Amino acid sequence: MRKKMTEKKISIKDYINMAGRDVFGKVLGEIAQENEKVVVLSADSLASSRGLDFQKNAPDRVFNFGIAESNMVSSAAGLAIIGEIPVVIDFGFLLAVHCAEQVKVDICYANKNVKLVASATGLAMGSGGPTHHCTEDISIMRSFPNMTIVSPASAIETAIATRLCILEHKGPLYLRLARNVSPELYKSADFGFEIGKAITLKEGKDIALIATGEPVYLAVQVAEALKKEGIDVRVINMHTVKPIDKEVILKAARETKGIVTIEENNILGGLGDEVCSVVCENDAFCKVRKIGIKDKYCKIGPTKELWEYYGISETAIKNTVKSILK
Amino acid sequence: MKVTDKMVEEIKKIAEENRKLIVKVAQESGGGHFGGSLSEVEILTALYWGILKVDPKNPDWPERDYFVLSKGHGCAGFGPILAKRGFIPFEELKTFNKLGSIFGMHTNMKMKGVDHPSGSLGHGLSVGQGIALGLKLRKKLNRVFVLEGDGELDEGTVWEAAMSAPKFKLDNLVNIIDRNKVSMDGPTEEVMPLEPLVEKWESFGWAVKEVNGHDVRSLLDVLNQVPFQKGKPSVIIAYTIKGKGISFMEGKYQWHYGYMNKEQCQLAEKELEIDI
Repeated sequence: MRKKMTEKKISIKDYINMAGRDVFGKVLGEIAQENEKVVVLSADSLASSRGLDFQKNAPDRVFNFGIAESNMVSSAAGLAIIGEIPVVIDFGFLLAVHCAEQVKVDICYANKNVKLVASATGLAMGSGGPTHHCTEDISIMRSFPNMTIVSPASAIETAIATRLCILEHKGPLYLRLARNVSPELYKSADFGFEIGKAITLKEGKDIALIATGEPVYLAVQVAEALKKEGIDVRVINMHTVKPIDKEVILKAARETKGIVTIEENNILGGLGDEVCSVVCENDAFCKVRKIGIKDKYCKIGPTKELWEYYGISETAIKNTVKSILK
Repeated sequence: MKVTDKMVEEIKKIAEENRKLIVKVAQESGGGHFGGSLSEVEILTALYWGILKVDPKNPDWPERDYFVLSKGHGCAGFGPILAKRGFIPFEELKTFNKLGSIFGMHTNMKMKGVDHPSGSLGHGLSVGQGIALGLKLRKKLNRVFVLEGDGELDEGTVWEAAMSAPKFKLDNLVNIIDRNKVSMDGPTEEVMPLEPLVEKWESFGWAVKEVNGHDVRSLLDVLNQVPFQKGKPSVIIAYTIKGKGISFMEGKYQWHYGYMNKEQCQLAEKELEIDI
């Protein structure tokens, strides 16, 4: 008998100073013993995507396909056909770009209960260069009907999201993990995570920052800094990019002077574009500016230095806020 | 299962009827994948009337054998078989390729008896592998049958599954290849040579048998022998003729997809004794 996610006691202290990928691995290991329908698929990616704890607890339920990701994703669909809960773990660019057709046809069109978990996303593998950067996955996954995209921002959020996505959610899902440790955003595990419902981390009336994934903490830091300058910033954690929380966007558009979106993704087709669509299609016109990769292949380098270089930074966000308010 | 003369004769007759039905359906709806739908007739008929453990009244029966039509464009051939076997109503066949129909060029999960949609080649063997993996994990005895086209074997993803299924020792997985030797641009051996195919599958770790894909008795015999070897997935190379049954289509890549003109219609009617 499996425990519902809500029955499991989750505590922030269990995941202090852990990166998203590591939190996921720990939770996945726990899930191995809680729900025996969960099976894990990897493509020579078990260790790097943190599947070893699961393997230790349930070695029979791990399938390694070698460096053959398309085979892995289509096989996940087959496992879902007979009622298993496949969790496919690999780098984001392999799942979302290399396997785009398998995701489109075998997972989304076929509407299978398969969780695709991306352990390297955005510029996490900075020194890997553009072949290993993953700045188009949100854009691609957004365009598949039936897909849900969850991009948790902090350690505790990742722990809760992992459980909900695997154990409660039914249907195709893409879980976009952060690879670096970032400041915890919440004081306890009871902040109320619900797929599809954004979390307003801070109210504000001048500008709204809508961010997803690892960069959310930047938005929080910008809000704190600008408070000292008398600018009242609303911070929204859009942890679910699809289906997006339209209400929170429209509230922000109508109640503030503008929105700045922040994502570790191409600004084409990502969170920013979705926010623009919601604002325009509902006539809630306001200024919207997008922080993200401006349709370029990025240089190589350490992740945070690349963020700084490509404008995913406190300075860039602050300047963008001020340019709206000018 | 013992293959009797009576069973062979019955299934042969059903195959003939299925062939007529396919041509009628495709022609009345503005054309279809005649070539690949006609080459697979005996294979699918033998499977659905002589081999697969299925229950049309209970398409989701957990103890059933699974079938994946990886060559999804063979749907014009598969739909009539599903109708005749009792999975979908015959009325559904009249809606082939019509707006919003569940019965079209490629298989659709809304068709009862279809577990997975197909159309883009190269996915089905992996999907079948996934089903087989799950069945093995849960120690269930159901079997998984996949039908691939031979042109489909050009897809690299087929060989990913060809490599992994033996690793997982999936002797509950049977891959049947509709080896009609013709794809869309021409003969397979000119477009992208596949031979030596038997040796390729053997070297990947499969147990291989070859069969005349239009001989019902031989098909039943070979399908009753699966798994050919314990611990290995089985592959059957079924030699067929693209467009089998209609003289001007047989072996012709031009009839991978087509629509018959009036004269061709009359000739097809005569050859298959059907009323189009």
